[in-house]
Amino acid sequence: MIATTYAIPDVVVFVTSTMLILVGAVGVISVKNPVHAALSLIMTLFGVAVAFIAQSADFLAAVQIIVYAGAIVVLFLFVIMFLGVGYGSKSNVEPLVGQRGFALAGVVITIGGLIALMASSHWVTGPSSVTGTLAKGQGNVKQLGTAVFTTYLYAFEATSLLLVIAVVGAVLLARRERATTREMRDEVSS
Amino acid sequence: MAPVATLLLLMPLVGFLFVLVMGPALKEKVIGAIGTGVVAVSFILAVITFFMLLHRSSREVTIHLFNWINVGTLHVPAALLVDPLSITMCLFVTGISALIHLYSIGYMHGEKDFRKFFLYLNLFVFSMLLLVLANNLLLTFVGWEGVGVCSYWLVSYYFTRGSAASAGKKAFLYNRVGDFGLLVAMFLLFHHTHTLSYLGIFHVAGTLSPTVATLTVLALLLAATGKSAQIPLFNWLPDAMEGPTPVSALIHAATMVTAGVYLLVRMSPVLTMSPDGRATIAVIGGVTAFVAATIATSQQDIKKVLAFSTVSQIGYMVLAVGVGAYSAAIFLMVAHAFYKALLFLGAGSVIHSLDDEQDLRKMGGLAKYLPLTFPAFLVGWLAISGIPPFAGFFAKGDVLTNVFQHNKFLWALGVVTAILTAYYMTRLFVMTFLGTERFREVTDRHDPHESPWVMTLPLVVLSVLAIFGGIIDLPWAHGAALSGFLHPVLGYVPAVAAASTTEQWVLAAVDVLAALIGLAAAFTIWRDLKVGARFESKFFEHVWYWDDFYDATIGRPLTQMAVFDDTVVEPKVIDGAVTGVAVLIRNSAEGLRKIQSGFVRQYALAMVLGFAVIIIYLVARVH
Amino acid sequence: MNVPAAWYLIVAALLFGVGAFGLLTRRSALIMFMCLELMLNAVNLTFVTFSRTMSDIAGQASVFFVMVVAAAEVTVGLGIVVAVFRRRSSTSVDDLTELKG
Repeated sequence: MIATTYAIPDVVVFVTSTMLILVGAVGVISVKNPVHAALSLIMTLFGVAVAFIAQSADFLAAVQIIVYAGAIVVLFLFVIMFLGVGYGSKSNVEPLVGQRGFALAGVVITIGGLIALMASSHWVTGPSSVTGTLAKGQGNVKQLGTAVFTTYLYAFEATSLLLVIAVVGAVLLARRERATTREMRDEVSS
Repeated sequence: MAPVATLLLLMPLVGFLFVLVMGPALKEKVIGAIGTGVVAVSFILAVITFFMLLHRSSREVTIHLFNWINVGTLHVPAALLVDPLSITMCLFVTGISALIHLYSIGYMHGEKDFRKFFLYLNLFVFSMLLLVLANNLLLTFVGWEGVGVCSYWLVSYYFTRGSAASAGKKAFLYNRVGDFGLLVAMFLLFHHTHTLSYLGIFHVAGTLSPTVATLTVLALLLAATGKSAQIPLFNWLPDAMEGPTPVSALIHAATMVTAGVYLLVRMSPVLTMSPDGRATIAVIGGVTAFVAATIATSQQDIKKVLAFSTVSQIGYMVLAVGVGAYSAAIFLMVAHAFYKALLFLGAGSVIHSLDDEQDLRKMGGLAKYLPLTFPAFLVGWLAISGIPPFAGFFAKGDVLTNVFQHNKFLWALGVVTAILTAYYMTRLFVMTFLGTERFREVTDRHDPHESPWVMTLPLVVLSVLAIFGGIIDLPWAHGAALSGFLHPVLGYVPAVAAASTTEQWVLAAVDVLAALIGLAAAFTIWRDLKVGARFESKFFEHVWYWDDFYDATIGRPLTQMAVFDDTVVEPKVIDGAVTGVAVLIRNSAEGLRKIQSGFVRQYALAMVLGFAVIIIYLVARVH
Repeated sequence: MNVPAAWYLIVAALLFGVGAFGLLTRRSALIMFMCLELMLNAVNLTFVTFSRTMSDIAGQASVFFVMVVAAAEVTVGLGIVVAVFRRRSSTSVDDLTELKG
């Protein structure tokens, strides 16, 4: 049935990406070793990138790999190594009573409800092609570029500012304290 | 006439403000001169107004000063009503006030609060004039309160003495109960007549139903008993003798205490509508007169005797009002003002000469040391006892003749009271001026001295008035005299005109006989103090235990209730409720505090659960 | 003919749910951040799906910005994690209870 309605390659791609995504996600939340968790995350990110390509978001798929999998996860790994976090050494017992149960219930209800709502409202509604139509292949980059640098220019500039702030903030946060500031702080708090 | 009358009212106020503003820098002489001067000017203006009024055909002049209250249907102007009744009151109030101001210059000489005394006295005269000149009940009430508060200030003049401070408080509180009556009367009258001005009320007084009229009259009676010290609110007057003697003379003999009688007389058209009300008034008056006279027979303080005598004499006035003899009540009021002021000032002179001794048992034989006070006091004594041809005989006789026409029992009570009056006044006179000298230990062996001229001149003037005052309203000349003058205002024909000449002569003879009996009895009994002491009664001396009765039934229970409120209600109920709210909030906050566990994951869970609820709602709405 | 949008949307929803559950359940701060990344990716997937279905470039532009912001957020967030956990030697979020009322 599926095969006759939709093209087989598309379905195969879809199933592959879905598998990657879900297995990776479950892996992230269940493994103890944070390095293994990071690797599961990479798997999920790859799955998402495949889904992007299947939906004609080529540029985004590339950016996903380069930035997300390439930079962010590497950053995670750096911090893991830096802090020397070992195995998730704590026991499996949840200290907060009922946290797991309620969390599961809450998430199931939320997601289930979300899906139900989407189903009852025909999944996708609204006007088409408001900003600009989608094209395939090279046109995608050109189109995305046009949209970002004209319609969303303000947001673009703001996010670049945000990046600068983030970098400065990160440097400040992670800086080792110099002797003088530590002395000053000790003086004030005593 | 408007400027003259307005100035008459305002002069004492000018004096008050001037002395107030100029501060303590003024000398005694200047303060005394200004204080007395303004009142004397008021008196002269009153005389002028009186003559102006005589020449008018319509003797009812309304002088509008300014619009005071204009709220909805309530229109109360600040306006004066000059008519025979108010001008009569003005004349004797300002006249006697001026004399007493003069007397006070001498009596209060050397007091450190000399200025304060004259300030209050001037303010008092202003309030009293406002009371009698007002053309509506509300403005009268302003004056009514004003005299009450000045009385309070002056009675507790020596406030460092505990008894004086208490006496002032007592006077004010008793007055306050009476004021309630006046307020109720105002409410009733306004509700039914929609106006508070006298002329307005009198126009429609005839339409008042008997019930409303009786209630109003009883309320007015309550006010009068408070201000004029009648049963059941008379206990404050003897205590008020704590004030300086000029105060007792002016306020508690001649003027303030007559305000209640004035109010009743002024409201005579309303009284006419209520026979029950008038009967109550008459009974109250008669009984008070009798009871006070009995008490006066056993008092040891010279001023207390005079105080109870005042209560008794006002009782006569109230009795006269009760039987409808309004002009007789006014006549007695004027005559009483003359001789009671005279007696009080004379007593003040005696006290002054004996270095402030007031106990009768420590006086005696003063006749030869006080050559001016003694004859003045003698005149006052004869006048109040009802000996002809002094003022008291005619005035009291007028009242009793009228009472006889209406109620024989009350008349008999009045005659008995007259005997007692003569008796206790003679007792006073004998103990003070005649007999053996008992004051030697008080005055340190030196002779008592006569008072300075500022004090003896008023005595002389008042003596003349007490002697000749009767001609204001001689029985055979009513039409041409006071009764006739007041007739248009009061609208009630005096019953003396209806009494036959024989009756009048017989009643007069009875009055004289009563006076002589009392005189003779006292003379014989009180030659020797020990004999006299057997005729005194502890029951009378303790005011029929009236004060103790009030203390036990009202004073003590209220105090206990107050203590209970203070110790139980206040901390437990009221504070408890307020604190309880705080405690409740604190406890519930402690309970709610547990939600903030500090675990971020729990906060996140709460958010997710909240979101889940919203989703459920949305899904339910869609399906 | 491509796979209908509904399927991708469901996948994205499931991914989001898994990420949310992990966020609520894991105690290590680093794992929680990774779960956060999962959720962000779910959102990105949804955006791209809508972009494809409605033939509108706005969805992809949104994803672009989401990625930028996610990068910035991870940078600062990990900086905070480093700063906080340098003092304590445990990465457990349950030890940060200063918000306790």
